[in-house]
Amino acid sequence: MADPVKSIVTPIRLEYDYTPGRATSRFLRGIARHCILGQECPKCHKVYVPPRGSCPACAVPTEREVEVRDTGTVVTFSIIRVPSENIHFELPYAAISVLLDGAGIPFFHVVQDIPLDQVRMGLRVRARWVATEALAPTIASIECFVPSGEPDAPWESFREHS
Amino acid sequence: MRDVAIISFAQSVSARESERNEVEFLMPVVREAIAASGIERSEIGFTCSGSSDFLQGQPFAFVMALDAVGAWPPIRESHVEQDGAWALYEAWVKIQTGEVESALVYGFGKGASGDLGEILALSLDPYCVTPLWPHADSIAALQARAWIEAGRGTERSLAEITSRSRRAARSNPHAIVSGDETPDELLARPYVASPLRAHDCAANGDGASAVVLAAGDLARSVCSRPAWIRGIDHRVDPASLGVRDLTRAPSAELAGLRAGVGRDRIDVAELYAPYAHQEAILRQALGLPETTNVNPSGGALCGHVMMSCGLQRIGEVARRILSGTADRGVGHATHGPALQQNLVCVLEGE
Ligand SMILES: [Zn+2]
Repeated sequence: MADPVKSIVTPIRLEYDYTPGRATSRFLRGIARHCILGQECPKCHKVYVPPRGSCPACAVPTEREVEVRDTGTVVTFSIIRVPSENIHFELPYAAISVLLDGAGIPFFHVVQDIPLDQVRMGLRVRARWVATEALAPTIASIECFVPSGEPDAPWESFREHS
Repeated sequence: MRDVAIISFAQSVSARESERNEVEFLMPVVREAIAASGIERSEIGFTCSGSSDFLQGQPFAFVMALDAVGAWPPIRESHVEQDGAWALYEAWVKIQTGEVESALVYGFGKGASGDLGEILALSLDPYCVTPLWPHADSIAALQARAWIEAGRGTERSLAEITSRSRRAARSNPHAIVSGDETPDELLARPYVASPLRAHDCAANGDGASAVVLAAGDLARSVCSRPAWIRGIDHRVDPASLGVRDLTRAPSAELAGLRAGVGRDRIDVAELYAPYAHQEAILRQALGLPETTNVNPSGGALCGHVMMSCGLQRIGEVARRILSGTADRGVGHATHGPALQQNLVCVLEGE
C-alpha cells in the first residue's frame, strides 16, 4: 500500500469590491475631516456610531446626521494577551468599548497611556488622532484613546451599555 | 395541511449597487412587502432569509442584514445559506406546524461585488473540482453541449429562448437587460463558452426580494385574492457532475410531480434558468405545455440576483395571481451546478 494522502493544499483567493454603504461612507469621510458622525433614529432617537443606515430596533432608515464628541466613557474592557498579525499594539494592551459623548451605542477601540491595572469601567477617555496630514477615511485615523483626566463617569450614565 | 398563501411581494434589482450596502437596499424592499401585506411588522410570526456570506466576503453577513428587518423586541428568525425560495419553504413548514400564522421571507445578494462565476466554484467538490476553478459558465456550457449532442435542441433553440426572454423583459422594470434581437442576430454574436454566448448566460446583478406568507383565515382577512401555495417540494441530484445525465433534471421532475404541477393547467411559469438551455430542460422536466406562458418577466437571463432569483420567480407568479391576471402558475428555483437542486412551488388563486 502506498502512503495515504493525508492533506492537500488548494489555495483560494477571491477579490471583492466592498461597498460600505451610504451611511458608513459618510462616517468614514467624516473621520478624514477629524469629525465623528453618527446617525439618529427618527423613532427612538438613538444615535448610531458608526451608522449603518438603519435602526435595527425600529427597522427604519436613519438619515439625520449627528456629530458626536471624540471624548467618551469606557463601558467595558479586556486585557489582550493574544498576538495577531493585524494588530500593531504592543502586548498586552487594553481593548475598550467606548461610549462617545452624544452616541447611543459604544464602539471598539484601544486605550493607551494608562497602566493596565487602572483601566476600568467609567474611565473617561479622549481620542488621540493621527497627525492632520495623515487623516484618511479609516477608523485607524484614531490612533487610540487616552485618559482625559476627568473624574470617572457614574455607573448610571452607562449601565445600559455595560 | 394548512392553507398558506403569498399575500405580498416586493423586489429590487440593479446591475450594480455601487453605493448602498445590503441593509440599505434590502430595507425598502422588506418595508414595501410588509406594507402591502396589511399585517403589522410586529404581528408577523416568523422571519426567514436566504443569502450567502461568500457573495459579500464577510462572515455572518446575514446577521447584519437583520438590521433591515428590526429584530427588537426579539423575533423568531432563521436563515438558509440558499436562495430565498428555500427560506420560503422553511417558513411554509413553520406555518404548517401551527406555531405561527404568518411569515416574512427575503433573499438578497450582491452578485456583482466579486466574480460570481468563480465564487460559485467554491460550491463544488473541494478536493477534485474546486482546485481547477471551473467557471460557472463553463460548467453550464458542458451541460449545454451534452444537451445539443443528445439531440434535445440546437444553438438556434438557445437563440430562440434568449430572443423571447429579452423581448419579454422590455416590459419588466426590474430587468437588467432586454432587447429586440431576432435569433439570427443573436447567433451572429461570439461565444463565451461554446455553445453559449453572453446573452445565453444570466445578466448578474445586485438586489433583494421579499414576500409575506399568511395562513388561511388571516390571508383571507387581509388580502382579496391570496396566491395559495397548492404544492411545494424540493429535491437534490448528486453534486458530482460525472454521475448524472446532464441533459435532464431528475430532481426537478420529482419536485414538479410532488408539487402537483400536472394536476391542472398552468397559465404562467417562472423558471430559474440562468442559462438558456436550462429553460428547455426545466420545461420538459415539469411537463409544461406550449400554452404555458414561460418567463414573462424575462427570467434569470435578463436579471439574475444570486440568492434572490428563485424567490423572485415565485414572487413573479404570485404577483400575477394577486392581481388576477393568472389563475394557476408555477414558480421554480434552482441552486448548485447544472440544475443540481430544484424547488417547485405551485400557486393558485380562488
Ligand atoms: Zn430606533
